[in-house]
Amino acid sequence: MHRPALVVLEDGLILRARSVGADGTRTGEMVFTTSMSGYQEAVTDPSYLGQILCFAAPMIGNYGAGPGYCESGRVWPEAVIMRVAGNLPGAAGPMGWQTWLTEHGVVAVDDCDTRRLTRHLRDHGAMRGGVSTELGDEELLALVRTAPTLDGRDLAAEASGPRRSLGSDGPVVVAVDCGMKASIASELVVAGARVEVVPPTISPAEVLAFDPQALFISNGPGDPAAVADVVPLIRDLLGKIPVFGICLGHQLLARALDLSTVKLPFGHRGANHPVRRTHDGRVEVTVQNHGYAVELPPGGRDGIEVTRTSLFDGSVEGIAAPELRAWSVQYHPEARPGPNDAAYLFADFVERIGK
Amino acid sequence: MPARTDIRTILVLGSGPIVIGQAGEFDYSGTQACHALREDGFRVVLVNSNPATIMTDPGVADRTYIESLDLETVSAIIAKERPDALLPTLGGQTALNLAVELFEAGVLDQYGVELIGADVDVIRRAEDREVFRACMHEAGIPVLDGRIVSSLAEATTAAEALGFPLILRPAFTMGGEGGGSAATPEELARMAERAITASPIGQVLVERSIAGWGEFEFEVVRDRNDNAIIVCSIENIDPMGVHTGDSVTVAPAMTLTDTELQRMRDVAIAVVRAVGVETGGANVQFALERSTGELVVIEMNPRVSRSSALASKATGFPIAKIAARLAIGYTLDELPNDVTGVTPASFEPALDYVALKMPRFAFEKVPAVVPVLSTYMQSVGEVLTLGRSFGEAFGKALRARELDVPAEVPDSLSAALACLATPRPDRYDVMLWACDAGATAGELASASRVDPWFCDQIVQFAEARRAVRRNLVELTADDVRSAHRAGLTDRDIAAATETTEVEVIAQRHRLEVRPSVHAVDTCAGEFAAASPYFYTAYETETEAPSPSGKVIVVLGSGPNRIGQGVEFDYCCVQAVQAARDLGYEAVMINCNPETVSTDQGVSDRLYLEPVTLETVIEVAAIERPVGVITQLGGQTPLRLAEAIAQAGIPLIGTPPHAIDLAEDRGRFGALLHGLGLRSPEWRVAPSATEVGAATEAIGFPVLIRPSYVLGGRAMAICHSAADVDEYLTRERPQGAVFVDRFLERAVEVDVDALCDGQSTWIAGIMEHVEAAGIHSGDSACVLPAQSLGPATIDAIGAQVGAIARAVGVVGLVNVQFAVVNEAIFVIEANPRASRTVPFVSKATGVPLVRHAVRLMLGESIADLDLPEPRPGGYVAVKEAVLPFSRFPSTDPVLGPEMRATGEVMAIRGSFAQAFAAAQRAAGQRLPRSGSVFVSARDADKPDAVSIAGALGRAGFRLLATEGTGRALGAAGLQVEVVRRVSEGADNVVDRIAAGGVDLVINTPGGRSAHDDGAQIRRAALRYGVPCATTIEAARASVQAILSGGGSPARPLAIQDVHRAVSTSR
Ligand SMILES: Nc1ncnc2c1ncn2[C@@H]1O[C@H](COP(=O)(O)OP(=O)(O)O)[C@@H](O)[C@H]1O
Ligand SMILES: Nc1ncnc2c1ncn2[C@@H]1O[C@H](COP(=O)(O)OP(=O)(O)O)[C@@H](O)[C@H]1O
Ligand SMILES: [Mg+2]
Ligand SMILES: [Mg+2]
Repeated sequence: MHRPALVVLEDGLILRARSVGADGTRTGEMVFTTSMSGYQEAVTDPSYLGQILCFAAPMIGNYGAGPGYCESGRVWPEAVIMRVAGNLPGAAGPMGWQTWLTEHGVVAVDDCDTRRLTRHLRDHGAMRGGVSTELGDEELLALVRTAPTLDGRDLAAEASGPRRSLGSDGPVVVAVDCGMKASIASELVVAGARVEVVPPTISPAEVLAFDPQALFISNGPGDPAAVADVVPLIRDLLGKIPVFGICLGHQLLARALDLSTVKLPFGHRGANHPVRRTHDGRVEVTVQNHGYAVELPPGGRDGIEVTRTSLFDGSVEGIAAPELRAWSVQYHPEARPGPNDAAYLFADFVERIGK
Repeated sequence: MPARTDIRTILVLGSGPIVIGQAGEFDYSGTQACHALREDGFRVVLVNSNPATIMTDPGVADRTYIESLDLETVSAIIAKERPDALLPTLGGQTALNLAVELFEAGVLDQYGVELIGADVDVIRRAEDREVFRACMHEAGIPVLDGRIVSSLAEATTAAEALGFPLILRPAFTMGGEGGGSAATPEELARMAERAITASPIGQVLVERSIAGWGEFEFEVVRDRNDNAIIVCSIENIDPMGVHTGDSVTVAPAMTLTDTELQRMRDVAIAVVRAVGVETGGANVQFALERSTGELVVIEMNPRVSRSSALASKATGFPIAKIAARLAIGYTLDELPNDVTGVTPASFEPALDYVALKMPRFAFEKVPAVVPVLSTYMQSVGEVLTLGRSFGEAFGKALRARELDVPAEVPDSLSAALACLATPRPDRYDVMLWACDAGATAGELASASRVDPWFCDQIVQFAEARRAVRRNLVELTADDVRSAHRAGLTDRDIAAATETTEVEVIAQRHRLEVRPSVHAVDTCAGEFAAASPYFYTAYETETEAPSPSGKVIVVLGSGPNRIGQGVEFDYCCVQAVQAARDLGYEAVMINCNPETVSTDQGVSDRLYLEPVTLETVIEVAAIERPVGVITQLGGQTPLRLAEAIAQAGIPLIGTPPHAIDLAEDRGRFGALLHGLGLRSPEWRVAPSATEVGAATEAIGFPVLIRPSYVLGGRAMAICHSAADVDEYLTRERPQGAVFVDRFLERAVEVDVDALCDGQSTWIAGIMEHVEAAGIHSGDSACVLPAQSLGPATIDAIGAQVGAIARAVGVVGLVNVQFAVVNEAIFVIEANPRASRTVPFVSKATGVPLVRHAVRLMLGESIADLDLPEPRPGGYVAVKEAVLPFSRFPSTDPVLGPEMRATGEVMAIRGSFAQAFAAAQRAAGQRLPRSGSVFVSARDADKPDAVSIAGALGRAGFRLLATEGTGRALGAAGLQVEVVRRVSEGADNVVDRIAAGGVDLVINTPGGRSAHDDGAQIRRAALRYGVPCATTIEAARASVQAILSGGGSPARPLAIQDVHRAVSTSR
């Protein structure tokens, strides 16, 4: 009853699979996550816009799906690739995972050699790929080879949600939504902030009109170098109000501070990334989902501290410009899915700006 | 912070003999830790009474004491070796409890020994159920409502408050020993006392039963910088109520949402912080009520455990090694992840496969025990399998168990579902049977309370099995591949298609369906890892390694079971090391996580797979070995030898036809005859009905056993036709029955030897303490033999040589004899490494397996430069450790069927002293004074008189049952006759219970005397009174008592013994 499906990479790797979601053909940047839990949170993370998500963990969808596990209002990856997709109801809700994917119109496949795909991406780097329940090998490969790459595409506006106000009390934080996960907003509120969610196209004047205590830049999809509006916005406000960024927000803050961003070979996506804090040497197990990283010139940059470093590859995981009261982390303190080691960052942030 | 420089010598405690709940996993963790500590330049002093371990090999620690793990002995070792620190977290509950004792006795303070890894406060907070609860309350961590009790009255009050059913959980025990569930006040009364005695501090936690809730475990590692990681989450498929050691468990957790998982992760780390485990590994157990989300902490263990060994092997993260290095000052981020080489140990492993552990039970070995699982552990072993789907791991595990007795299946679906309501050892087999009978996942789940997701997986497995119930030749490549991807093994396909494994393998090869090989890389493929650790699956790309040199494959022994335990793992690991030393690449195949052989650092490559023909053939296709070794893993690999050879794979060591010659009774009998050697007269009765004729021909007493079973199962000694009838009715043997003349009062002798096909070198001639008739694995034995004259010794040696040569042994051989006066009878010859190889190796200092490997590789005995076997003035005793305390309803008598789970060893200057020390190590504290109760069957009475006389002269008070009392009295001994149980109050059992008996000598008579004697023996067991159940053991015990009762003074390091032995040559 499941239709056969096809997974291809632009370099010619072809893998068989079977359809467990909607029918169709999708292309995008092929990425993998090694996170072993939280499949529904993952596919509703807007940072996956423009990508095809392969789960390295083999058993996905074991505990059903339901409304309590969404990080946004829709599914973002172009397609989802799994080794075994479940379809029983479970702790997350009464709907089977395959059914949920189908109802959300997601092109999803399982019975695919996801380890091979993962290892291939690891060895050959991020590249375009496609998934189809309709096309033959050659057709799909041709389509993939003509699909746009992620580099240079400004996806923040597309991933952004509507304006909204959250929380009722506390310091006002204007949160620039470049594709913000719902739990970032809710963590800020829990930490005691009032959050005004605004699109990336907002002007500095509009931000200041909220009389905010801080600016927050969210996570989001794609290439930080291509996000047009946010870097000027940050530059304008830096020094006026504190700035805090997560993931893409971290990269955009860095660019606003004239640092550069580079594409990683195949990105960091998982829930087990160790990050060392500079100030006390302690290690946090963090959740990551990014394809680009911040780089500092050799010898560093005056006024900017590297506050956190990846123990996997030494890449920059956090920066601070103390004079400007700006901080950011590359990873996801809100987790979902993944360990909560860094959840304290929200409370820290709200406490700092409250003072 | 690098390693500490203020400590130099570290004392490591092992876990002692293998018992249910504490097996080879502590050899694995301890060995790993010793290596890690020595690499960092520390001097390691090791104490472990278990000779069947790798850790007690002389090269693992600087100083190794194969000595009793008790306060006095270890105190003496501390006084002698003056360690700076004691690392107590690697030797299971035994080491932890002993560390507390040493602390409380002031020994650690006296000698300035620092506890590292876990201090006494931490141990108390974790192990004392009361302190733990208080600590959890304080930290705001949820635990179940419960009461701490230390008397039946308190337990009854607790029951009134909490309501039935209740769970009893003794403090400071392991494997749930002494605990259980009580549904009624009567059950509570029965169990409370037992639970209280089981706890070394007499403390029991009484809790409301939450049987049926989900059970989960988290393995936490923390360093002194307060960095904490979760190595692995483990889900118990069997819900709460079945001990985790008896549950089928899976990693990572399968059915938890991320929210639930992270909540547990946070709480697990909070528990470790609250208890204060500063460095090292800990295991935290949770119960989760799925419908309400209620989460409670069940317990935490501040040490490496069975679960941490499992987690290490499920993830490739070596917890014990890391824990040891954290204890000496490193932090996680300073330690490398050896698998990836490029990342640090401060991360959480990501798995892209499913790891599944399945327990191996041995209820058939303990008759009279109802096979129902509970909160105390009863399994004797386990398997771990990996697959790219749940089904793959599950199916492999079912196979890897190697059941000797097929699971019993019910006769109707309703019976099956009813049977699932009670957790039994064969519940998954019953579920699969029920699936074929039409059960749905929902029905299975509501009957068994196993989560519906797992039930659905089981239904899918059953469907896959049904899908291949066709003609083998009709199956397409896709069919066969799908079957494997669903978890079926070739043997399953063979069963479904009514063919053989060999035929299925051939057909699969014709269809070009071959498994892929995958590395356990700790990172789900994210980094290019140089992992030596593999499993197979049926994916589209293989990561099969390319061997760079000449490869030797060593086959492991599969799950521990009674009769096949870690002693074989010792042999395998030795072989791997020998092969590597000789310049070969050594490849290990095994599926037993409780072993050193499945430590990924031991061999050049490890395949964690069931030890089956399928695995061997597929691994051989990749590794192209120059030799496969089948003689070191017990019967498991030996049974495969023939088929491996037939498959054209080079086998080294004793060839299959020689194995058959030794194992086939008829052929072996003829061989002995040809050599002019005697064996007990025997007959084969083609069926049960012809047993009568056979016994008549031989004459009573006889030893009867069915032909189709291994390991001495269903063996019985029959003294009369009535006994035979009773045996036949009880056992209903199918097929042929062997009838042997039973040699009474024969001295049993066990010989291990090396042979190159021509010459033989005798490694050790061991004399059993108990007479023939008690299985060699259950009797104590001594090296060198004590009662045999030089002529007999020489004759035995010559006979072994003749047999080994005639059989064609290349490598190790074990021959068992019974000696009656001067007459020598051959009982059996095993053309493989025996259970006693580690014991002999350690007693003599000659590494037998290493020599055997060289023989298998073509060298001759003359090439090996072997010493004259003379144990230089020392006497070594091995004593068996039996699992009776786990099965309180069983009669703790010995017989021809093996029941021991483990063994201990002691070396001293004389037999009496060594025997005493071995008894002590086995937990039998022989008294130095007090009262002895004697009750001997008629045949033993003359001996009983002399034994009792000796004790009387040594100042013991003598108590006896009437008949024995009369015999003792008649010999002029002062004796008090005590009532039998049937004779009313103040009877012998009451006396034992009241502490009025310090030693029991009770030898079972015929079946009639059984009941009374059984009650006495059970009482002795229950109240921890040493009990000799054979007259020979009684005699040895008396000698031991008279020699000073095994005083721990002057413990001997094995390195010193070996030096003395080799210089005396
Ligand atoms: N309150 C309870 N209700 C039902 N089962 C329980 C309860 N407490 C413990 N158990 C079961 O008993 C087993 C053994 O208990 P535990 O305290 O973990 O003993 P051990 O120290 O031997 O591991 C657990 O694995 C669990 O399945
Ligand atoms: N003919 C015999 N007379 C006395 N005891 C015997 C005889 N045969 C076997 N036994 C006893 O039974 C035990 C088990 O028998 P054995 O043939 O060695 O079986 P297994 O294969 O289980 O080792 C022996 O260790 C020995 O004590
Ligand atoms: Mg436990
Ligand atoms: Mg035997």
